[in-house]
Amino acid sequence: MQPARQPIEDLDEESAAWVCRLGAGGGERQAAERELYARLVRIALAEVRRRSASTPVTGPELDDVAHQAAGDAMLAILAKLGDFRGESRFITWAYRFVILEVSGKLGRHYWRSPPVALDAGQWERLPGRLGIDPARHAEWAGILAEVRRVVDDELTVHQRRVFVAVVVDGIPLDALAAELGLRRNAIYKVIFDARRKIRRALVANGYLDEPGLEQR
Amino acid sequence: MRELGRLERFLRTDPRDVGCDEAMAVLHIYVDLVAAGEDAAGRYPGVAAHLLACGPCCEDFAGLLLAVTSG
Repeated sequence: MQPARQPIEDLDEESAAWVCRLGAGGGERQAAERELYARLVRIALAEVRRRSASTPVTGPELDDVAHQAAGDAMLAILAKLGDFRGESRFITWAYRFVILEVSGKLGRHYWRSPPVALDAGQWERLPGRLGIDPARHAEWAGILAEVRRVVDDELTVHQRRVFVAVVVDGIPLDALAAELGLRRNAIYKVIFDARRKIRRALVANGYLDEPGLEQR
Repeated sequence: MRELGRLERFLRTDPRDVGCDEAMAVLHIYVDLVAAGEDAAGRYPGVAAHLLACGPCCEDFAGLLLAVTSG
């Protein structure tokens, strides 16, 4: 059971004012909604610009994503106003919605002009993704072959598809989650388990020699 | 080999890692602690471990922290 919200007199002044104004009726509530929405739009626009280097979404489409994210965040905030329990400042709680909306929407928009297709399997690019100097690829042939062997032989079809998409092909995790209709957490757990399996195999075969942090 | 260290770090998993859902559920609380200069990682070690390992959640953390500290 979730804890009840702190009494309004225990909230910081700004949070208490937001809760009161958004819970009021008529013009006071409308003014608060307008003010909050304007803030959400500003935060969303700043956030898509901050992330612009890591998404294929560009130009006006990026601004559209921001406005959509602000609108959807606003609806979610108003619908969940009763869930605000005062564990953080109200505005931090509210901004979390718009930040997560931006993430999710950029993931979905990725597929409008994806730089790499799902299931491309560009193993030849893995050394580059790991930052390996091209002049030293030969030194890495053994360890990378072992990584690929584990992926091919020890992962399930689903685990392999997810690992190859995110780690080998560099598809953003949120984009893959959107494409497969899964939650971010589900994709992350697949990658987490794959990392453990690969690490165990590399240790067993002498490529890595310290146990590191043990698995959950 | 510097690159081996990078691969090793990527493959290393932390048993304290709470995963995306749990980390995002308290992100606003965690960010407020960080913004206030308090020991967020000490209070939420599983969230700190997750943010170190999960790029998308770390991006959300960075975005929210910037949003609340930029006024």
